[in-house]
Amino acid sequence: MAKKDQEKNVPTTGHQWDGIEELDNPMPRWWLWTFYACIVWGIGYTIAYPAWPLIKEATPGLLGYSTRANVAAELEQAEAANAAINAKLVETELTQIAQDPELLTYATRKGDAVFKTWCAQCHGSGAAGVKANGYPNLLDDDWLWGGDIENIHLTISHGIRNEEDPDARFSAMSAFVDIFTQDEVAQVANYVQSLSGAPNDPTLVDAGGLLFADNCASCHGETGMGDREQGAPNLTDAIWLYGGTYDDIAYQINYARNGVMPAWQNRLDEASIRAVAAYVHSLGGGE
Amino acid sequence: MSQEQNTPPNLYSAREPIFPRRVSGAFRNLKWVIMAVTLGIYYLTPWIRWDRGPQLPDQAVLLDLANRRFFFFWIEIWPHEFYFVAGLLIMAGLGLFLFTSALGRVWCGYACPQTVWTDLFILVERWIEGDRNARLRLHRQKKLDLRKVRLRITKWVVWFLIGLATGGAWIFYFTDAPTLFNDLINFQASPIAYTTMFVLTMTTFIFGGFMREQICIYACPWPRIQAAMMDEDTLTVAYRHWRGEPRGKHRKAEHQEPLGDCIDCMACVNVCPMGIDIRDGQQLECITCALCIDACDDVMEKLGKPRGLIDYMALSDEPAEVQGKPPRPIWQHIFRLRTMLYTVLWAGVGIALVVALFVRPAIDFTAAPVRNPTFVVLSDGSVRNTYELRVRNKNGSDTDFMISTTSSAHLISTIEGFEEGLVTVPADTTQQVKLYVVAPSASEASQAERTDLRIWIEDVKSGDSAFKDTVFNGRAN
Repeated sequence: MAKKDQEKNVPTTGHQWDGIEELDNPMPRWWLWTFYACIVWGIGYTIAYPAWPLIKEATPGLLGYSTRANVAAELEQAEAANAAINAKLVETELTQIAQDPELLTYATRKGDAVFKTWCAQCHGSGAAGVKANGYPNLLDDDWLWGGDIENIHLTISHGIRNEEDPDARFSAMSAFVDIFTQDEVAQVANYVQSLSGAPNDPTLVDAGGLLFADNCASCHGETGMGDREQGAPNLTDAIWLYGGTYDDIAYQINYARNGVMPAWQNRLDEASIRAVAAYVHSLGGGE
Repeated sequence: MSQEQNTPPNLYSAREPIFPRRVSGAFRNLKWVIMAVTLGIYYLTPWIRWDRGPQLPDQAVLLDLANRRFFFFWIEIWPHEFYFVAGLLIMAGLGLFLFTSALGRVWCGYACPQTVWTDLFILVERWIEGDRNARLRLHRQKKLDLRKVRLRITKWVVWFLIGLATGGAWIFYFTDAPTLFNDLINFQASPIAYTTMFVLTMTTFIFGGFMREQICIYACPWPRIQAAMMDEDTLTVAYRHWRGEPRGKHRKAEHQEPLGDCIDCMACVNVCPMGIDIRDGQQLECITCALCIDACDDVMEKLGKPRGLIDYMALSDEPAEVQGKPPRPIWQHIFRLRTMLYTVLWAGVGIALVVALFVRPAIDFTAAPVRNPTFVVLSDGSVRNTYELRVRNKNGSDTDFMISTTSSAHLISTIEGFEEGLVTVPADTTQQVKLYVVAPSASEASQAERTDLRIWIEDVKSGDSAFKDTVFNGRAN
């Protein structure tokens, strides 16, 4: 090659490496025209599309292109595409959603997304709750206010113990720190532990039982089975909202922690609330 | 270098047009056959039908991007089996190594789409405008008379129609061909179909009609790579200069010194689609299409001289033949350790792929234990684990699968939303189901850190079964 080019008297750039010279061959002309076309295209592009950065924002471009508007349009499109099935979700009886496989799949997937956006902050992304803060585990089969889909829907719509929604379910356990002596607290705590078969001091249980019947049974029931009408937990099972050790129970008798859940009916649309209800109901504990 | 730098060099130069002359011969015939076969495969494949049952497409070769399936006759590839495609690409790579080390740029010369379509476009050009000399005259004719306009427009229209058929055939690989064809002619196909077709029509039209050898020389990386792939035993098209030189017209009494076999008739140059002179030696532009061999053999035969002044030969042949030794047979260049190693590797990957294809499990499912949380305590003190199963139904009809578990411990399993562990998966879909496994209260498995668990799945109808091993997490976890 090089030899032939020398014969043709192609000039070189004067660069030389190990005796190999760089030839200065002309560029193909189509390349030149492509290069000019790119420049013209580039100028047109900066006029048509957002391009030049100014102090606060870039030049908007004649075509009015905006990625933000595109996202908004896409969201609107997705919303429109789901409009029919959302309407169906709102119209269908809550208990009938599970009968329609397509609707159930849509509801649980939508509910999953809504849950991860709005509910996971307290209940955890896996819906296992946080025991230390009394955020309930939604995976198990124990429900404070009822675990069928209608009760779950009611809880999500109006929340629990909040001031913003008059229909929110409300109950409050009294703090017994000023009512019981600490000996009495120990008696009641041991009695409560005996209800679920947890290790306890049998000498204190009988006295605790009497105190329980007088002070606690009105909400938790004479047998300690709880009362869903009042959101009073079942004390005979293996699930403890704030923990099941003696210390946890004694602390709860003394200071009576109560959880608060916001109402969602004014923040989410009905289809989303129903979707989350279906999702929570599908997590393994739904009744 | 300080030679003649008074006149500034041209920065840009125009393409020298090439008008390849018609040629006939063994290699030309081989190229016609390869062109017919490759173009036939390309244009006709989408129209081959293959019955797969009512719910699956009946196109033999279909890249169903929307549903993420690849159909190839009896083979159906799902996205998780993409390693088959990777394997095919590795085979293509090794095949290229094999062919390049044995036969040089044989891909460029015979099978590359750029070569095949350019060949077809030149054929059209010859039909309409005539052979080399007629085309040259037409090119040099400055006056744009009616004949020139008519010939040019006819040629471009035929080129464009070929381009249209090429771009059209491409999109048929991605969706049902007859349906799309109807939609296309009724202007009801999607804009993407029309855009893709337009782009491929225009690239075919421009690359085959006008860019031609410039694609090979400027745009394609392969001519650069081939230098690293070829060695001194690789067959390539070359000129036996020791036999041909000094070249010259054989007129009596004009030359005193004896002349070589080359009569400088320029036949090899005139037929070259790349516009080069093979007698200058191996060069980047040469795609080894062997048309110059045909042209030269033709001339040698007429002169009564032996064929093969231009021939397939290797670099290592040159010193031997210059010393007067007979040419080495072709097979000695092809069957070498290097090419045999490539063949073994290539065949190895191929066999592995075929074996993998036939040992694919009939039932395909995955089981992922839910780790958030690892276990859930239920109100009676029992412990529950959840597993997310993805069950693929590769059949053309709805299929019932029975899901069960076995373990050394006593565990109870249920499927969310399905009775008795029986899951119905619609045809050609993946169903995601939740498997709950419960260890009774105070049982060993509920207290232990983990217990081995095997998840079974059985196709109720065919009786095929498969399993996945996983663990059950107890309270000690």
